Amino acid sequence: MPIISIRDLVVEYDGRRILDGLSLDIEHGETMVLLGGSGSGKSTLLRQILTLERPKSGSVVVKGIDVTRCSQAELKSVRHSIGMAFQSAALFNSLSLEENVALPLREHTRLAPSIVELVVGMKLAGVGLAGFGKLHPQELSGGMKKRAAVARALALEPEILVLDEPSAGLDPIVAAELDQTILLLKEVFQMTIIVVTHEMPSAFKIADRIAMLYQGRFASVGTKDEIRNSQNPRVRQFLDRIPGNITKTPEVSAYFQKYMQAQEAYE
Amino acid sequence: MATVLESVGRRTLSDLDYVGSLNIQLWATLRAMGNALPFVGNRYRWRASVRQMLQIGVDAMPMVSLMAICTGFILAMQGASELRRFGAMHYVIDLVAVGFTRELGPLLTAIAVSGRSGSAFAAEIGTMKVTEELDSLRVMALEPVEFLLAPKYLAALISVPCLSILCNVFGIVAGGLFMFFSTRLAPLLYLRYALGSIALRDVITGLIKSVAFATIIAHVGCLEGFRVRGGPDSVGRSTTSAVVKSTFLVIVADAIFTTIFYFTGAN
Repeated sequence: MPIISIRDLVVEYDGRRILDGLSLDIEHGETMVLLGGSGSGKSTLLRQILTLERPKSGSVVVKGIDVTRCSQAELKSVRHSIGMAFQSAALFNSLSLEENVALPLREHTRLAPSIVELVVGMKLAGVGLAGFGKLHPQELSGGMKKRAAVARALALEPEILVLDEPSAGLDPIVAAELDQTILLLKEVFQMTIIVVTHEMPSAFKIADRIAMLYQGRFASVGTKDEIRNSQNPRVRQFLDRIPGNITKTPEVSAYFQKYMQAQEAYE
Repeated sequence: MATVLESVGRRTLSDLDYVGSLNIQLWATLRAMGNALPFVGNRYRWRASVRQMLQIGVDAMPMVSLMAICTGFILAMQGASELRRFGAMHYVIDLVAVGFTRELGPLLTAIAVSGRSGSAFAAEIGTMKVTEELDSLRVMALEPVEFLLAPKYLAALISVPCLSILCNVFGIVAGGLFMFFSTRLAPLLYLRYALGSIALRDVITGLIKSVAFATIIAHVGCLEGFRVRGGPDSVGRSTTSAVVKSTFLVIVADAIFTTIFYFTGAN
């Protein structure tokens, strides 16, 4: 039985359809990478899995519980088993790194403060931030914030780890280090990992399967090799970095024409 | 005509939606308040409540005291300028003592707290929303209403009535200073007259108003924060809106309470 099962998911914002009848199963211990262009619905899909928003129709079943219709108590139990690192890291700016990582432990466990301190130290060391615990998020670089967010997401040793654009805006070395961390986590904790990313090298390095979103639907879902060899035009366009027709629309052409005319008149 | 009706209808629906949201938020907070109480609740929430009490109450003491002294002087001087003509200077004592206990103490305090803390609540929660910290809390199975709002509300419920009493004391003392310098009335005699003119029901009605004002300030401030949409400019707008709306609602509530107390004979 899959750990996450999405069926016929439809999400609309102000009548605009963002996700259009998505269905997907994610198995235990699998690393699923969600690929897609900007506005394709990747983050919206994550927000549905995390129950931060309600869909128009369809279901999202996490560990056997339909989170679109469950009670608050059930939702709480599901959330205990999910760790999330947001694209913006979303660390609490008023708390130090240590306090950020300790927060879920203090709130959801009865561990003694000395044990919490120990666990926090381990989690921070696990993402290469040992010795930075006393710093506040505003004192950290982008890469350190992302790693700290991963450490916080791991605090309760969740069964499912969700990472939204973990390597966006990072230099290639730090991004590669983060990929290594994800692979290590999967190997050590056997976690189910869902990663949203634009970074193709990162996706092919960490994924077991890749789901490619296009305009609110899955253009293709498959293993790394299936996606790499796919002849689906949307997948090929994404993999081969073929530009779209955004600059060839009549509106853009008219704008450029007007600009050229104005420049000629000025000269 | 249709446009005017449409505009009025839209505005009415929007106001009803706001009032409805305030009520839902109040109800949710009351349900979560147990966790913010000492001994029986979550110790981290109680600590947060104490921190908030220091910010709402202790930090506002100099400002509220100064406002009370100035207003006490103004009220005594304005009263004296009229009452002197009728040889009724001793009524200045009643005017200041009763005026502050029933009305000015709670109202001045509410205006000060609305400007200081209502805006701070909106800015804090609004910023947390923009930076996805609220989503981060939800994903960690921590409800923002319990985590953020309940400690703030509990702190306001304790701090605002205490500040009102402080405001009453300083206002009455200012009236006493005026009476001493203008009529050489002995301070102890002034105090005896002032205490003689205040009935227990005056104190109770003043405190009831304080509790209502605290509720308005805490909930309007937090709701404005939760309703932030977009970027940092939206946080600025919500902060302004929190102060304007809470001050307006405090004055409306004051008028309603005063009317009720007047017609029920409590004043």
